Amino acid sequence: MSGGAAGPGCLERNDWICGEYLRTRSQELLDATVQHLGITAVSVLIGLLIAFPLALVARRWRCAAGPVLGLTTVLYTVPSLAMFALLTPVFGVSAAVVVTGLVLYSLTILVRNILAGLQAVPAEVREAARGMGYGPARMLYEVELPLALPALVAGLRIATVSTVAMTTIGSVVGYGGLGNLIASGMEGFFKAEVLTASVLCVLLALLADLLLMGLQRLLTPWTRARTGARARVRRGARAAKAVA
Amino acid sequence: MGAIAGAWQWLTTAANWAGEKGVWHRLAEHVWLSALCLALSCLIALPVALWLGHLGKGGALAVNLANVGRAIPTFAVLVLLTLSPLGTHGDWPTIIALVLFAVPPLLTNAYLGMREADRDVVEAARGMGMSGPQVLLRVEIPLAYPLIMTGLRSATVQVVATATLAALAGGGGLGRIITAGFGNYDTAQVVAGALLVAVLALTVEGVLVLAERFLDPMRGRRRATRTGSRGASDTSRGAGPGASRAAPASATAP
Repeated sequence: MSGGAAGPGCLERNDWICGEYLRTRSQELLDATVQHLGITAVSVLIGLLIAFPLALVARRWRCAAGPVLGLTTVLYTVPSLAMFALLTPVFGVSAAVVVTGLVLYSLTILVRNILAGLQAVPAEVREAARGMGYGPARMLYEVELPLALPALVAGLRIATVSTVAMTTIGSVVGYGGLGNLIASGMEGFFKAEVLTASVLCVLLALLADLLLMGLQRLLTPWTRARTGARARVRRGARAAKAVA
Repeated sequence: MGAIAGAWQWLTTAANWAGEKGVWHRLAEHVWLSALCLALSCLIALPVALWLGHLGKGGALAVNLANVGRAIPTFAVLVLLTLSPLGTHGDWPTIIALVLFAVPPLLTNAYLGMREADRDVVEAARGMGMSGPQVLLRVEIPLAYPLIMTGLRSATVQVVATATLAALAGGGGLGRIITAGFGNYDTAQVVAGALLVAVLALTVEGVLVLAERFLDPMRGRRRATRTGSRGASDTSRGAGPGASRAAPASATAP
């Protein structure tokens, strides 16, 4: 932080980095961050709630897989600015526009990853569970879902990180969280505001990614043991190759 | 559905298509900007990715680049570049931002494609006495073609979509029609602009899917091998356009 220098303050000099800005506008920054987090969290959660049944439908009925995957992919090609613009007549200017748009984007990634995870469950495992008397629901929640969790969380991480970044575009309708600050900073040529909001945005994305990664490690202790063993084997193999 | 009717009326009014701020001019700006940025990105990303893939090095770079690229908001980069000294140089902030965002998907997919090329085939080609460049041009690139094209497609769609955002930072392109509509509280114009952009993005995606199919160096041969190795690799499962967009990402998860 280069603030606190003698002479005119960094706000008057319009520096990129400004401690004075952080101090005087902390409330504004906090509000924007809270809005950003709220929009992102709600969007990803709704996306997950919709994507899960869609993935189940796509897996259960082969004829449904094409339309479901195709539709979510087509939605993904619609540019975000256009998406928000297309949704405004439906919802008016509100946070619902931004949330709906972001949910539609997250569906592409989430449906694909959940489906890939469920399809990767080995048939023997399913067979064994059926032999032990597991019904379809119990099999899904106690056998298939835990095994599909790594793929699911991988999708969730991608969806969350890109949602955090895309929330900024919501500033066209005034609900962009930190994007609002970026937009107002651009209008006022206020460098510190733009840079601070941008950096906060990237930090939020990285933080969310780390949190989800930690969550996955907590939920799937067995993969940790396995990857550890695999890494050890690989290291051993490399050492053997170096010797040979 | 009054908005759709209004948008239709806006789109069928000849005056909206003509002149400096008309649809034709904005469309030309959009396409020109996208094509320029895409060409620049390919020139930067593809040689690097193909070379790294050929050598088998730099995997961590390619994967991390893609992940970091996703975390950075395009809008923020556009505005930052516009406010920087570069901002006075016309379209350069937009071009640089677009290139920055097109390079990661191109690089990652091309690299993964090169790495996923069947090692046995590559070894066999070497055993037949092919030189390094020969292996690269005649074996690895044809095998990596589907993933290279997937990367090209997601980069293209991303560039077309992001070029819309340039309007938020004061640039040209079709996004201007939407932002101008927002500025005048003219919902019909906003929806018309959104429709134009969405149609352009979908058209570009469709054209690329067709181009991908017709330019495949292994056209005809690939189908036979694919049915043989179904389920072996997640990325080659052809489930419609953009099928493997999520696949490389799930492959990159540590």
